[in-house]
Amino acid sequence: MSVVTLNVNGQDVAVPAGASLLEATRAAEANVPTLCHLEGLTPVSACRLCLVEVEGSGKLLPACSTAAAEGMVVHTHTPRLKEYRRMTVELIFAEGNHVCAVCVANTHCELQDMAVTVGMDHSRFPYQYPQRSVDASHPQFTLDHNRCILCTRCVRVCDEIEGAHVWDIGSRGGQCHIVAGLDEPWGQVQACTSCGKCVDVCPTGALFRNSDTTAEKHPNTTLPALLRTAREQRRWHNQ
Amino acid sequence: MTPTPPAAKLRLATVWLAGCSGCHMSFLDLDEFLFDLAEKVDVVFSPVGTDVKIYPENVDIALVEGAVANVDNLELALQLRQRTALVISFGDCAVTANVPGLRNLLDGGHDSARAVLERGYLELADATGQLPFAPGIVPELLPRVLPLHEVIPVDLFLPGCPPSAERIREAITPLLAGERPVQEGSAMLRFG
Repeated sequence: MSVVTLNVNGQDVAVPAGASLLEATRAAEANVPTLCHLEGLTPVSACRLCLVEVEGSGKLLPACSTAAAEGMVVHTHTPRLKEYRRMTVELIFAEGNHVCAVCVANTHCELQDMAVTVGMDHSRFPYQYPQRSVDASHPQFTLDHNRCILCTRCVRVCDEIEGAHVWDIGSRGGQCHIVAGLDEPWGQVQACTSCGKCVDVCPTGALFRNSDTTAEKHPNTTLPALLRTAREQRRWHNQ
Repeated sequence: MTPTPPAAKLRLATVWLAGCSGCHMSFLDLDEFLFDLAEKVDVVFSPVGTDVKIYPENVDIALVEGAVANVDNLELALQLRQRTALVISFGDCAVTANVPGLRNLLDGGHDSARAVLERGYLELADATGQLPFAPGIVPELLPRVLPLHEVIPVDLFLPGCPPSAERIREAITPLLAGERPVQEGSAMLRFG
């Protein structure tokens, strides 16, 4: 197995060729925050939280979707990056309708956790209060667009793991939203197998089981990696 | 032997704007710490500590619960800022507008006061429904509910719905010693 050697925050690390910068930062225990990334799913660099500085590059690079290369010198927690990360989380809060106190995912929300991680004690950007809808047409699950941060984990897990491809992104810019099927009510999409993987991997309260009320959602974000390893390598994590 | 004169006590205010008073209930959950606190501060204005109606001058620390939702909230917020050295946004309603701010979703947030009153007093009423109107008695709603820092400069943010008594104690204790609390980590910062 060939390896590449690079430097993360002053520490030399060796990772297998083809590994991502995110894996390299984790090898260096640099603890780069992520929201859209999930082990077992294709990286999309949607949330911008894993941006890192690579010496010689004029722009910041998303660690999840950048390949680690020989000789790279990477910085993961410069004052600039920490400020951008906090700003990013504030903007995510401001652009949706995230009210933790009355959210189904309260205490089990990755966005709520991320606010703590980046040290967000308030938002410097006024909340936008966008007009968004709730799709409660599915017999078992609900999609609350108010809580959606467009990480696309649901899109990817349904396509890559379940193979049903129920979800997609519709529209552009501030109008961007998750669509089911051909932009139909979720409950009418025949491709949906009701497996619940999208609900399990959703980092916020955007997708939840109908039986869950405030603070009752319990996600299971380890499923995609477990299933992918089982399929591709014929082994379970605990074997 | 001359007894040492007691050190000047800090002047503490707690304020209740548009919130459910849950943050004040959490403040009362400080239990026996309230005795320690009473030795170090004078509570000069508080819905749970005094019967004073006019916000006093020369306040050292103010814990301000609630969002700014009506003209009374706005007037008191502006007044307390002028008369207070250190203003703390106390709880999620003050920090983000939280649940009171949900009415901003009506009418695209432009005039949610009108929209929420029409919904509550006309659309859901029987045939005798009418909008409340009592100038000088019932404070007018602002068109949009605002977090405190969008109205006045805020010195410290204490999120939580409500902030736990422990979080309140951890924030107040350094302030009593003239230091700023370290606002880091889940124990001090979590919303909700």
